[in-house]
Amino acid sequence: MKDDGFNWQILVGFLLSLLAFSYPLLFSGWSLGSDIRWASVALFVFAAVFVIVGLRRAFASGRGKLSKVIAAVLTLFSAFTLGLFIFLAFIMATWLPKSVGAPQVGQKAADFSLADTSNKQVSLAETLSKQKGVLLVFYRGYW
Amino acid sequence: MRGIQQNIDKFASAGIQPIAISVDPPETSRELAERHGFTFPILSDPTLETISKYDLVHENAVEEGVSVARPAEFLIDSSGTIRWLNLTENYWLRANPADMLEKARALP
Repeated sequence: MKDDGFNWQILVGFLLSLLAFSYPLLFSGWSLGSDIRWASVALFVFAAVFVIVGLRRAFASGRGKLSKVIAAVLTLFSAFTLGLFIFLAFIMATWLPKSVGAPQVGQKAADFSLADTSNKQVSLAETLSKQKGVLLVFYRGYW
Repeated sequence: MRGIQQNIDKFASAGIQPIAISVDPPETSRELAERHGFTFPILSDPTLETISKYDLVHENAVEEGVSVARPAEFLIDSSGTIRWLNLTENYWLRANPADMLEKARALP
Protein backbone atom coordinates (compact mmCIF):
# COMPACT_ATOMS: atom_id res chain seq x y z
CA MET A 1 0.00 0.00 0.00
CA LYS A 2 1.46 3.35 -1.03
CA ASP A 3 1.77 6.03 1.68
CA ASP A 4 3.11 9.28 0.28
CA GLY A 5 1.45 11.52 2.87
CA PHE A 6 3.44 13.93 5.01
CA ASN A 7 5.08 12.10 7.92
CA TRP A 8 4.08 14.67 10.53
CA GLN A 9 4.65 12.27 13.44
CA ILE A 10 8.42 12.25 13.04
CA LEU A 11 8.51 16.04 12.74
CA VAL A 12 6.37 16.51 15.86
CA GLY A 13 8.59 14.05 17.72
CA PHE A 14 11.70 15.95 16.72
CA LEU A 15 10.22 19.36 17.63
CA LEU A 16 9.04 18.01 20.99
CA SER A 17 12.60 16.81 21.66
CA LEU A 18 13.93 20.29 20.97
CA LEU A 19 11.27 21.79 23.24
CA ALA A 20 12.08 19.28 25.99
CA PHE A 21 15.75 20.16 25.76
CA SER A 22 15.29 23.93 25.75
CA TYR A 23 12.41 23.99 28.25
CA PRO A 24 14.61 24.70 31.29
CA LEU A 25 16.32 27.53 29.45
CA LEU A 26 13.08 29.03 28.11
CA PHE A 27 11.11 28.86 31.31
CA SER A 28 13.59 29.07 34.10
CA GLY A 29 17.15 29.98 33.21
CA TRP A 30 19.74 27.28 33.67
CA SER A 31 21.13 28.53 36.96
CA LEU A 32 17.88 29.47 38.67
CA GLY A 33 15.57 26.53 38.56
CA SER A 34 13.88 24.38 41.11
CA ASP A 35 13.34 20.81 39.96
CA ILE A 36 12.06 21.36 36.44
CA ARG A 37 14.03 18.42 35.04
CA TRP A 38 10.99 16.17 35.27
CA ALA A 39 8.96 18.44 32.98
CA SER A 40 11.67 17.92 30.36
CA VAL A 41 11.74 14.19 30.97
CA ALA A 42 7.94 14.05 30.48
CA LEU A 43 8.26 16.01 27.23
CA PHE A 44 10.97 13.63 26.04
CA VAL A 45 8.62 10.69 26.69
CA PHE A 46 5.95 12.32 24.50
CA ALA A 47 8.61 13.05 21.90
CA ALA A 48 9.73 9.43 21.90
CA VAL A 49 6.18 8.21 21.26
CA PHE A 50 5.88 10.43 18.17
CA VAL A 51 9.37 9.55 16.96
CA ILE A 52 8.68 5.80 17.23
CA VAL A 53 5.33 6.11 15.43
CA GLY A 54 6.93 8.29 12.75
CA LEU A 55 9.87 5.94 12.35
CA ARG A 56 7.61 2.90 11.94
CA ARG A 57 5.60 4.79 9.37
CA ALA A 58 8.71 5.84 7.43
CA PHE A 59 10.06 2.30 7.30
CA ALA A 60 6.75 0.66 6.41
CA SER A 61 6.47 -0.62 2.86
CA GLY A 62 5.28 1.91 0.33
CA ARG A 63 7.38 4.83 1.62
CA GLY A 64 10.05 6.50 -0.48
CA LYS A 65 13.75 6.35 0.29
CA LEU A 66 13.94 10.07 1.10
CA SER A 67 11.25 9.64 3.76
CA LYS A 68 13.35 6.91 5.40
CA VAL A 69 16.50 9.04 5.38
CA ILE A 70 14.76 12.09 6.84
CA ALA A 71 13.11 9.95 9.54
CA ALA A 72 16.45 8.35 10.46
CA VAL A 73 18.21 11.73 10.69
CA LEU A 74 15.46 13.31 12.80
CA THR A 75 15.46 10.27 15.08
CA LEU A 76 19.22 10.57 15.56
CA PHE A 77 18.92 14.29 16.39
CA SER A 78 16.13 13.56 18.86
CA ALA A 79 18.16 10.83 20.54
CA PHE A 80 21.13 13.19 20.70
CA THR A 81 19.13 15.95 22.46
CA LEU A 82 17.87 13.38 24.98
CA GLY A 83 21.39 12.09 25.61
CA LEU A 84 22.79 15.58 26.01
CA PHE A 85 19.98 16.55 28.37
CA ILE A 86 20.56 13.51 30.58
CA PHE A 87 24.25 14.28 30.65
CA LEU A 88 23.79 17.98 31.55
CA ALA A 89 20.97 17.64 34.07
CA PHE A 90 21.75 14.36 35.80
CA ILE A 91 25.51 13.81 35.40
CA MET A 92 27.46 17.01 34.79
CA ALA A 93 25.29 18.92 37.28
CA THR A 94 26.56 16.66 40.07
CA TRP A 95 30.21 17.55 39.43
CA LEU A 96 30.49 19.80 42.47
CA PRO A 97 33.26 20.35 45.01
CA LYS A 98 32.86 18.48 48.27
CA SER A 99 32.92 21.68 50.35
CA VAL A 100 34.00 19.76 53.46
CA GLY A 101 35.16 23.04 54.99
CA ALA A 102 31.77 24.73 54.66
CA PRO A 103 30.43 26.03 58.00
CA GLN A 104 28.07 23.64 59.76
CA VAL A 105 24.86 24.14 61.72
CA GLY A 106 25.73 25.65 65.10
CA GLN A 107 28.89 27.35 63.82
CA LYS A 108 29.32 31.08 63.31
CA ALA A 109 28.90 32.34 59.78
CA ALA A 110 31.98 34.25 58.55
CA ASP A 111 31.30 37.96 58.19
CA PHE A 112 31.70 39.67 54.82
CA SER A 113 31.25 43.07 53.21
CA LEU A 114 30.58 43.02 49.47
CA ALA A 115 29.25 45.39 46.81
CA ASP A 116 25.58 45.19 45.85
CA THR A 117 24.15 45.98 42.41
CA SER A 118 24.54 49.73 43.01
CA ASN A 119 28.10 49.28 44.32
CA LYS A 120 27.10 49.90 47.94
CA GLN A 121 28.81 47.72 50.53
CA VAL A 122 26.53 45.31 52.35
CA SER A 123 27.86 43.43 55.37
CA LEU A 124 26.45 40.39 57.10
CA ALA A 125 27.04 41.76 60.61
CA GLU A 126 25.28 45.03 59.84
CA THR A 127 22.32 43.29 58.21
CA LEU A 128 22.00 40.92 61.18
CA SER A 129 21.97 43.86 63.59
CA LYS A 130 18.70 44.99 61.98
CA GLN A 131 17.04 41.64 61.25
CA LYS A 132 16.06 38.43 62.99
CA GLY A 133 18.10 36.50 60.50
CA VAL A 134 19.60 36.26 57.03
CA LEU A 135 18.99 33.69 54.32
CA LEU A 136 22.33 33.57 52.52
CA VAL A 137 22.16 32.15 49.00
CA PHE A 138 25.26 31.37 46.95
CA TYR A 139 24.64 30.85 43.23
CA ARG A 140 26.71 30.07 40.18
CA GLY A 141 26.10 33.32 38.34
CA TYR A 142 24.23 34.73 35.40
CA TRP A 143 25.85 33.24 32.36
CA MET B 1 16.09 32.72 43.81
CA ARG B 2 12.84 33.14 41.94
CA GLY B 3 11.13 31.11 44.66
CA ILE B 4 12.60 33.42 47.31
CA GLN B 5 11.41 36.50 45.44
CA GLN B 6 7.90 35.03 45.14
CA ASN B 7 7.84 34.68 48.93
CA ILE B 8 9.72 37.89 49.73
CA ASP B 9 6.87 39.33 51.84
CA LYS B 10 6.66 36.16 53.90
CA PHE B 11 10.42 36.21 54.53
CA ALA B 12 10.13 39.87 55.51
CA SER B 13 7.35 39.18 58.02
CA ALA B 14 9.48 36.38 59.47
CA GLY B 15 12.22 39.00 59.93
CA ILE B 16 14.52 37.27 57.44
CA GLN B 17 16.58 39.19 54.90
CA PRO B 18 17.60 37.12 51.85
CA ILE B 19 21.07 37.95 50.49
CA ALA B 20 22.52 36.38 47.33
CA ILE B 21 26.22 36.12 46.44
CA SER B 22 27.96 35.18 43.19
CA VAL B 23 31.18 35.97 41.33
CA ASP B 24 29.29 38.20 38.88
CA PRO B 25 30.20 41.92 38.80
CA PRO B 26 27.49 44.33 40.08
CA GLU B 27 26.41 45.26 36.53
CA THR B 28 25.68 41.63 35.68
CA SER B 29 23.81 41.12 38.95
CA ARG B 30 21.80 44.28 38.22
CA GLU B 31 20.76 42.81 34.85
CA LEU B 32 19.73 39.60 36.58
CA ALA B 33 17.80 41.50 39.25
CA GLU B 34 16.01 43.63 36.65
CA ARG B 35 15.17 40.65 34.47
CA HIS B 36 13.60 38.69 37.32
CA GLY B 37 12.45 41.55 39.55
CA PHE B 38 14.70 40.57 42.47
CA THR B 39 14.40 43.11 45.29
CA PHE B 40 16.81 41.56 47.81
CA PRO B 41 20.55 42.41 47.85
CA ILE B 42 22.66 40.59 45.28
CA LEU B 43 26.34 40.88 46.16
CA SER B 44 29.45 40.51 44.04
CA ASP B 45 32.43 38.43 45.11
CA PRO B 46 34.62 38.42 41.99
CA THR B 47 37.78 37.65 44.00
CA LEU B 48 36.08 34.60 45.61
CA GLU B 49 37.11 35.93 49.02
CA THR B 50 33.82 35.25 50.78
CA ILE B 51 33.01 32.19 48.66
CA SER B 52 36.38 30.72 49.77
CA LYS B 53 35.63 31.47 53.44
CA TYR B 54 32.53 29.30 53.09
CA ASP B 55 34.51 26.66 51.13
CA LEU B 56 32.10 26.88 48.19
CA VAL B 57 34.56 27.54 45.34
CA HIS B 58 33.83 25.40 42.30
CA GLU B 59 37.07 25.63 40.34
CA ASN B 60 37.04 25.64 36.54
CA ALA B 61 33.27 25.22 36.69
CA VAL B 62 32.38 27.01 33.50
CA GLU B 63 35.61 26.61 31.61
CA GLU B 64 39.29 26.25 32.42
CA GLY B 65 40.28 29.05 34.79
CA VAL B 66 36.73 30.30 35.53
CA SER B 67 35.63 29.52 39.07
CA VAL B 68 32.18 30.18 40.53
CA ALA B 69 30.33 29.53 43.76
CA ARG B 70 28.67 26.16 44.04
CA PRO B 71 25.00 26.63 44.98
CA ALA B 72 24.31 26.68 48.73
CA GLU B 73 21.83 28.18 51.17
CA PHE B 74 22.45 29.14 54.81
CA LEU B 75 19.96 30.37 57.37
CA ILE B 76 21.79 32.56 59.89
CA ASP B 77 20.26 33.87 63.11
CA SER B 78 20.83 37.33 64.60
CA SER B 79 23.79 36.08 66.66
CA GLY B 80 25.50 35.05 63.41
CA THR B 81 25.03 31.33 64.07
CA ILE B 82 24.08 29.01 61.22
CA ARG B 83 20.73 27.38 61.99
CA TRP B 84 20.15 25.47 58.75
CA LEU B 85 22.01 24.90 55.51
CA ASN B 86 21.62 23.15 52.19
CA LEU B 87 24.50 22.04 49.99
CA THR B 88 22.83 20.61 46.92
CA GLU B 89 24.40 17.65 45.14
CA ASN B 90 23.07 18.75 41.77
CA TYR B 91 23.25 22.39 40.72
CA TRP B 92 19.97 22.16 38.84
CA LEU B 93 18.30 21.62 42.20
CA ARG B 94 17.78 24.23 44.89
CA ALA B 95 16.22 24.25 48.32
CA ASN B 96 12.45 24.47 48.28
CA PRO B 97 11.28 28.02 49.24
CA ALA B 98 8.47 26.59 51.40
CA ASP B 99 11.02 24.58 53.43
CA MET B 100 13.30 27.59 53.82
CA LEU B 101 10.35 29.71 54.94
CA GLU B 102 9.41 27.10 57.53
CA LYS B 103 12.97 27.07 58.90
CA ALA B 104 13.03 30.86 58.83
CA ARG B 105 9.81 31.12 60.87
CA ALA B 106 11.22 28.68 63.42
CA LEU B 107 14.13 31.00 64.26
CA PRO B 108 13.99 32.22 67.87
